[in-house]
Amino acid sequence: MDIFLLEAVIEGILLGGVLALLALGLNLIFGVIDVVWIAYVELVMCGMYAVYWLYAYYGVPLAIAVVAAIVLVALLGLLVHLLIIEPVLGYAPINQLLATGGLLFFLQSFATLLFGTDFRNVGIHLAPLELGEIDVSKARLLAFAAALVGAGALYLFLTRSFLGTAIRAIAQDRDIMGLMGVNARRIYFTTSAIGGGLAGLAACLLVLQYDVHPFIGNSFGPITFMICVLGGLGNMIGGFIAAFIMSQIISIGGYYFSIEFSYVLAFLLFIVMIFVRPQGIFGR
Amino acid sequence: MRAAFTPVRLAAAAALILLALLPLVASDYVLHIAIQILIWGSIYTAWSMMGRFGLTSFGHGAFLGTGAYAPALLWNYYGITPWLGIPAAMLLAMLLGVLIGYPSFRLRVVGHYFALVTLALSQVVLLSLIAAREITGGSLGMTLTVVHSWLALQFAEKRTYYGLALVLWLIALAAWRWIDTGIGRVALEAISEDETAAASIGIDIMREKLRVTMLSAALTALGGALLTQYIQYVNPEVVSGVAVSLQIVFAAIAGGMHTVLGPTVGALFTIVLNEGLRILFGTHFIGAANTIYGILLILFIIFMPQGIVGLIEGISARAIRGADATAGAPAARA
Amino acid sequence: MAAAAAEPPLLALTGVSAGYGDFQALFGISLTVVAGEAVGVIGPNGAGKTTLMRVISGLLAASGGEVALSGRALTQMPAHHIVAAGIAHVPENRRLFPRLTVEENLRMGAYIPEARRRLGDRLAWVYELFPRLRERRRQLAGTMSGGEQQMCAIGRALMSQPKVLLMDEPSAGLAPLAVEQVFELVRRIRTEGFTVLIVEQNVQQVLELVDRAYLLEAGHIRLSGPAAELRENDAIRHAYMGI
Repeated sequence: MDIFLLEAVIEGILLGGVLALLALGLNLIFGVIDVVWIAYVELVMCGMYAVYWLYAYYGVPLAIAVVAAIVLVALLGLLVHLLIIEPVLGYAPINQLLATGGLLFFLQSFATLLFGTDFRNVGIHLAPLELGEIDVSKARLLAFAAALVGAGALYLFLTRSFLGTAIRAIAQDRDIMGLMGVNARRIYFTTSAIGGGLAGLAACLLVLQYDVHPFIGNSFGPITFMICVLGGLGNMIGGFIAAFIMSQIISIGGYYFSIEFSYVLAFLLFIVMIFVRPQGIFGR
Repeated sequence: MRAAFTPVRLAAAAALILLALLPLVASDYVLHIAIQILIWGSIYTAWSMMGRFGLTSFGHGAFLGTGAYAPALLWNYYGITPWLGIPAAMLLAMLLGVLIGYPSFRLRVVGHYFALVTLALSQVVLLSLIAAREITGGSLGMTLTVVHSWLALQFAEKRTYYGLALVLWLIALAAWRWIDTGIGRVALEAISEDETAAASIGIDIMREKLRVTMLSAALTALGGALLTQYIQYVNPEVVSGVAVSLQIVFAAIAGGMHTVLGPTVGALFTIVLNEGLRILFGTHFIGAANTIYGILLILFIIFMPQGIVGLIEGISARAIRGADATAGAPAARA
Repeated sequence: MAAAAAEPPLLALTGVSAGYGDFQALFGISLTVVAGEAVGVIGPNGAGKTTLMRVISGLLAASGGEVALSGRALTQMPAHHIVAAGIAHVPENRRLFPRLTVEENLRMGAYIPEARRRLGDRLAWVYELFPRLRERRRQLAGTMSGGEQQMCAIGRALMSQPKVLLMDEPSAGLAPLAVEQVFELVRRIRTEGFTVLIVEQNVQQVLELVDRAYLLEAGHIRLSGPAAELRENDAIRHAYMGI
């Protein structure tokens, strides 16, 4: 096989890791709370700025900056639920989508206000790992590993812990949660915070590879959505797998054509999939 | 028609005359703002034709981009006049609308799924425009080959653009009214309430939905085309990005998509707000305007899903009812 | 209206009214349950029986009146506090979490801190009561038969060792054999000392099970008394037992 094609496949797998992490957070929130956060990747953007400012500007040690960023975005997730999602819980889904759309607008503009539109880079450049004749981006490898760890941790949390079981339960039947002695509101807050935390983790990984600017969400947002819908909205395993399928399309497409065109293919595939099987490949 | 000269009609006629005379008294700056309001108002009105019946598109950027780029490309590369280019673009937009609409409506892809599918379509258009950077200039955008003439549909003074924008706006309003007053409106409302019931009384769902979609797409494209002719520059992100597609949705909803002037009020409100904030903060605080705008949008959705105009209508309806309660006469519907 | 004993009631409803929007379902209901008793509420469809259960367990707010447990007013409390106070509700149609296993469903029943601390013991006790559940502990709850699901739902409610167990139409949708088994279960539970308030459509069976019963029709209590008396009541026999 062509060496560069192999590289593209590998890079695709590694990219899939981060996309999978993004999809996980979104699916968790949607699966449990049943609201689509169209502004989810904007939280990632906030996390990226957090890492940038703490590490690159204020010189905070990277490890601390990373932890701080994750915590900050988790808190942000909680705030979003409290201020924006809770008021519109009973509204039609399209209005919920619009409310989070307003948030998208707000976050992008606020970031522009605070940081300007310049592209900022954290300045960490890891030399590529050489495996024989193939160059593999260390940053991507790290991101992939972290994504797997994050996904694994989430899985264990959801299946082994009481709170995790409650989160899965509330997704299946919200109304009777009170009968279990569960404060549904608190579960929603926790879920939003976890979703935020996952976004924060994704941010830390992405900031190693990409420059941050207020509109970086536009690059990742639509594709994350497509992945979630493709895998079945709310289906975390489905989203996980769909992330890798999509990332391969993008990576291999980018190899043969241009990167934009590969995205075009990905979106066209999405449109076709919605028509052919709207509940997604793995949806119920 | 007995009631040809109702107060509302007279007021509308007077307003129209005032609008037509505006260029005689207004400065270039005011005209510039007015042109934006009229063009974007038309685009928002076009969107709301679909939106008010539950066909919430998050991808009108696809149609806007088609209208913005196609005539410009034809002009720049082949010297084809926009008088031919624009209708071609409108047809192309209608085709896109059908391509996405027909399967969606047939397969009952509705609500937020429809929103996401249209979003995907706008991304396809956006990224195709960027990918074809040899032709379109990619992310850097493209300037229109400047020739001031009616054939090129480009003018040195704003007055003529204003006139065209006014005509566009009137067309958009007329189209909105056409959908609203015909059988179409009843049909579409029935469809958005309960499709199965609507089908059972013989409403051809597919035809109504497609009709509205095609009209909306064509008008949006027309608006995009006029924008390009006015600004003489076009950029993929500006016309087909996620932000602009969402902006269209918000402004239409903020102004109120259930009344004919609602979306225009949305345009008026957002553009004036933007300008006001820009004047206030200047370039020191880029993004301040949109930040406030974003907050307002969120508040709108939470507290006023029926929009500004809907709110005003609600207040005045109650006022009328209150007055009638004392007068004892039935309310006259304007 | 006969009093079962001179003890103060464990659960007391006084003048409870409730409804949904403009529709009022309950009109000033008063009833009592004494500790150790099994009390039934019978009546036709739409009489308000499920509404009654939901008001007691806190899923629905009462518009008037008071619900008290051992004298302590529960009326304004949210549902998740009422469970902690000691009332467990087995909902109509079981309402298990379909994609959780039997054991996970049971664990959810022990979510409150007091039950969580004793999770191991509670689980062992429920499995002893319902050996079939232990067999199926790793099975997804949604894949079980109606009777098994009912068993699981009851087990889940018992995990919190409630002072009062509310059961909403436990026989609904079950085959006759399963219905028999469910009522046997309830008898078992009673021998363990639990106080039960049971709402049922199956009048015959429930009147053979409970000590006292109330007849609820169109949101009002029409009749009440010892089960034996109601069994002999002509009106009830005609209307609800097909005699």
